[in-house]
Amino acid sequence: MATDTKSEKQNSTETATWRVKSGLAQMLKGGVIMDVVTPDQAKIAEDAGACAVMALERVPSDIRSDGGVARMSDPTMIRGIIEAVTIPVMAKARIGHFVEAQTLQALGVDYIDESEVLTPADENNHINKHDFKVPFVCGCRNLGEALRRIGEGAAMIRTKGEAGTGNVVEAVRHARSVLGEITRIQHMDSAELMATARDLKAPYELVAEIHKTGKLPVVNFAAGGIATPSDAALMMQLGVEGVFVGSGIFKSNKPQLMANAIVKATTHYEDPDIIAEVSTGLGDAMPGLDVRTMPEEEQLATRGW
Amino acid sequence: MVRVGVLAVQGDFTEHSHALERVGIEAVEIRLPEQLSDVDGLIIPGGESTTIVQLIDIYKFRDSLKVKADDGFPIWGTCAGMIVMASELIDKRPEPLKLMDIIVNRNAFGRQVDSFEADIKVDGMADGPFRAVFIRAPIVVKVGVNVEIISKIDNGNVVAVRQGNLLATAFHPELTDDSRMHLLFAKMIEDST
Repeated sequence: MATDTKSEKQNSTETATWRVKSGLAQMLKGGVIMDVVTPDQAKIAEDAGACAVMALERVPSDIRSDGGVARMSDPTMIRGIIEAVTIPVMAKARIGHFVEAQTLQALGVDYIDESEVLTPADENNHINKHDFKVPFVCGCRNLGEALRRIGEGAAMIRTKGEAGTGNVVEAVRHARSVLGEITRIQHMDSAELMATARDLKAPYELVAEIHKTGKLPVVNFAAGGIATPSDAALMMQLGVEGVFVGSGIFKSNKPQLMANAIVKATTHYEDPDIIAEVSTGLGDAMPGLDVRTMPEEEQLATRGW
Repeated sequence: MVRVGVLAVQGDFTEHSHALERVGIEAVEIRLPEQLSDVDGLIIPGGESTTIVQLIDIYKFRDSLKVKADDGFPIWGTCAGMIVMASELIDKRPEPLKLMDIIVNRNAFGRQVDSFEADIKVDGMADGPFRAVFIRAPIVVKVGVNVEIISKIDNGNVVAVRQGNLLATAFHPELTDDSRMHLLFAKMIEDST
């Protein structure tokens, strides 16, 4: 009888399953995903050991200084980057802009970042990510936000941090918030789970799963303000599984060296000798911004909910 | 009882450790070459092959892995690990470790939207088909005379091979709850000692 069931299942090839979508993020773990704006930068990132690149028209610090509406990148640029490298290529769609996401999927990107760095297209609803074959990564400031995104189908989560500032403080705040909440839920009485789901505005099933497993059901990276090797190692020691570096590489003095150094520091985040060695002679990191003196309307992390 | 090392420079090494521990096998994360002497075999996990090869060179694993592989030390590569172990790659980069006599084509099925899972048959594995997860997966396009093909998918693509003490799979057994591939590798280790 058991044999019958098995033979029926044979040849059952399926694409875009949850395992396939969240599985790619598993392969990125322990790695660095770098923002690039040209095919040449993408090659530099790949040669430095980046595990993926984020193709975009302007890095967040330029989006910040240029102002105006930031949209999905030009397909020509995205295609150029896809052709230049063999590592996975990610690209950003505006929050709620499902047509930009459909376009990126048609272009063949490997992951879509529904990102607060671009100007939101819908201030109430995020994209229904279950509708897509391509997996999504989304930003969060706390566990409730992370679980709402996972509920909508995100197959990977990152902290929002405060992109384009070169200031790691918000990424630390968000990572501590997410990881702290996970620990709290893991140790609470199971009778408290429903009220917790209500307070977090998060799907109950996901809260219950965290209670059982003590971790997010998807891979969790840090992003937003990482500018040095020790910033990357700090986030890893706090407990994230990899890092996104946006403006931090190509706005630094020596991008190639910085890219290399951040990759090494991310692998050997617990080895101060290696971090000291790779941090030597890097020149200036990107110029930083103080988030505390920044008006709220300029803070990208407040976009989305 | 065997101790299995998992190369922990980048990728889903934790999933391999869990898959081993689930069937009672001790897993040890390996970050430096000198740690190889503490284990009876090594898994090179899934991840980004370009990144993994780079880190293998930075931490000077290349020569010691080649010597150990030639000396009968059991090594199993999954996905990126298969690419790392190849003798040659179709797209010529990164520079593989040349542990096995196989030519491998990276990203053979296309981009992420073409990634898939399917039931496959693996020679020497009992209890029915194995649910295999292929993520931006490679395939073996040519094998040397000493290499045994142990699994093909329906279109004829070679997705698992063995050459004495060396094993390579294009898919990710560590992403499912089925530890039969891990048990098969543990058996290879036991037989070699």
